[in-house]
Amino acid sequence: MTDPRSWTIPNVPDIPTGRFRRVRGRPLLRTSYAQDMALLDTPAERLGTAVLVALALALPVVLADRSLEVLSGAYALAIGAIGLNIVTGYAGQVSLGHAFFVAVGAYTAAALSAPPGGRTLGFGLAEIWIWLPAAGLAAAAAGVLVAPLATRLRGLYLAVVTLGLVFLGEHVFKEWKALTGGPGVGREAAVPRLLGYPLDRDGPLGTREQVLYLLMLALLVLFAVAARNLARSRVGRAFAAIRDRDIAAAVIGVPLTRYKVLAFGVSSFYAGCAGGLLSTVSGYVEPGSFSLLMSVQFIAMVLIGGVATVSGSIAGALFICLLQPLTRTLPALVPLVSADTTRTPNVFQVETVLYGLLIVLFLVFEPRGLAGLWIRVRAYWKSWPFSY
Amino acid sequence: MKGLLETVIRGLGNGSVYALLALGFVIIYKATRVISFAQPALMLAGGVAVSHLAEVTGFYAAVPLAGLLVAGVALGVERAAIRPMVGRPAFVVAIITLGVDVVVRVVVNAFIGRDVRQVGDPWGFARVELGPLVVQQRWLAMLAVTAALVAVLFAFFRHTRHGLAMRAAAHDQEAALAQGISVGAVFALSWAIAGFLAAVAGAFAGTGQGIEQSSWVIALKALPAIIVGGLDSLGGAVAGGLVVGVVESLFQSYQGEYAPWLGQNFAVVSPYVVMLVVLLVRPYGLFGTREVERV
Repeated sequence: MTDPRSWTIPNVPDIPTGRFRRVRGRPLLRTSYAQDMALLDTPAERLGTAVLVALALALPVVLADRSLEVLSGAYALAIGAIGLNIVTGYAGQVSLGHAFFVAVGAYTAAALSAPPGGRTLGFGLAEIWIWLPAAGLAAAAAGVLVAPLATRLRGLYLAVVTLGLVFLGEHVFKEWKALTGGPGVGREAAVPRLLGYPLDRDGPLGTREQVLYLLMLALLVLFAVAARNLARSRVGRAFAAIRDRDIAAAVIGVPLTRYKVLAFGVSSFYAGCAGGLLSTVSGYVEPGSFSLLMSVQFIAMVLIGGVATVSGSIAGALFICLLQPLTRTLPALVPLVSADTTRTPNVFQVETVLYGLLIVLFLVFEPRGLAGLWIRVRAYWKSWPFSY
Repeated sequence: MKGLLETVIRGLGNGSVYALLALGFVIIYKATRVISFAQPALMLAGGVAVSHLAEVTGFYAAVPLAGLLVAGVALGVERAAIRPMVGRPAFVVAIITLGVDVVVRVVVNAFIGRDVRQVGDPWGFARVELGPLVVQQRWLAMLAVTAALVAVLFAFFRHTRHGLAMRAAAHDQEAALAQGISVGAVFALSWAIAGFLAAVAGAFAGTGQGIEQSSWVIALKALPAIIVGGLDSLGGAVAGGLVVGVVESLFQSYQGEYAPWLGQNFAVVSPYVVMLVVLLVRPYGLFGTREVERV
């Protein structure tokens, strides 16, 4: 009988800590924590992602310029949707103020890249590697400024306050005519230029739309991977703890204020970058466009795509953006729907109703969104032909 | 001084419209713990219903009729979209009401058309002399109707069985269920009352200037009102609505003179500034109860 205090923890060499050897023929068997946390953890997922990226890269050759422009806009919106998902999906802080941060980014980018001495404010820094981070940082600064309010409030109080932010922001942008050109007039958007080479003109790389498409795709992949990495890090786990129960999170040692401020900052950084890129695609910024409707659209993307999933945010953004061209083709198919805005029902009304209905239907029937549908399909085929 | 008093009376008039809307928000919140973002659509529906009904029945009969109609719509919304979501997080249900709002508003807009619709009210912009003050009759009408409705509502909550049931359900749903109260009926009743109040508010918001497609933003000003008053306080909703109305009216009259750097139309967003200031000082509003958090 030995003294129990002299027991030592046995040195077990077969508890793996790092990346571990996979067992052949067992793709879902995880033998280490690192494997469980991996970015793309199964061969099927690696293959699927590679195929998707290859498809996306092949699209500029196949599609017409008009469709490419829609897709570029969708990719820029997807970056913003990922941002909203970070604060609302991962950290659980409901924000209806996303449009405000998008606007801050769009105007920072536009003002930095415009030539000085024009009708509106300009600093002549057209290099994208200057204005894009600057747009993100300006929006992040705005987010960090709002965050102290957010840390004092929770739930629906926070939703209403961020809603007020959109209205205050809209007022400021409509009045600050030197920056925004005023309502109804607007200003030209940020010009993307990479090391002196303009990316928004037809050139040796392809037409304007093809170049912009590839730029947006590259940036979307960059931002998406960054968000996934954030979500599977210590910070991401802190966000999830705050979302699930903030007091419990505080009790187990998560500093609430620091992480809520961080969530708003990172989310606003994404929103700012999305704003700068979005205006580049359309080539034009109008202060009235950053309204409550835009915030609701971002919420719709996150909810329809899937809360707290990066791939879901991208799917949601693509879904919402492709809804528009799809409804535009309705008048040809359904004689009842008119393309004329003075008649009812017209395509714009159908489109707005679809937003609302889709939000309601997804929340009632598939709260996990498109990502949830995908999980269902995958689970069905995994156990096929058995239903369990 | 005379100008100031007239400004305050205008503010109280507009504020009483906000107060009616805010009461709807708070009644739904107390029953279901959800802020219903569908109130703007219901208000717009009320205004439009009055503008159509008034051509047949006259304004006075049209207002209660439109109120009942919109209460019916609200009942339908509650049954179809809200009741299946019992037990889900409040945020999810709030977003559903946002979706409902968008859908209902598009349908209602089809009944408005491109132009402004008059609600057929007997006051228009006519003025009346109150001693030395000259104020528009419609402000006084709004104040009187709101005061009457608020009195009826408070008596209802205080002295009737259904009012007692609603208070009990608001206090603790499970305990209320155990006492034999149908919490589902309380949900339905609260939505119906909120719909009725929103319709009356819509009718009065349309007096004088009429109702148009963009009128729904008026209802959003009730949101600062309920936050200022406190989300779960009926008295707070009335007070908050009046405060928001008066602040807005004061900014309308004096901001151009004393603080022109705030820009034109600052009055429109001033309620949100008031809301931010109040929240910085009191995170649960002026009359709201501080939530006790348990893990």
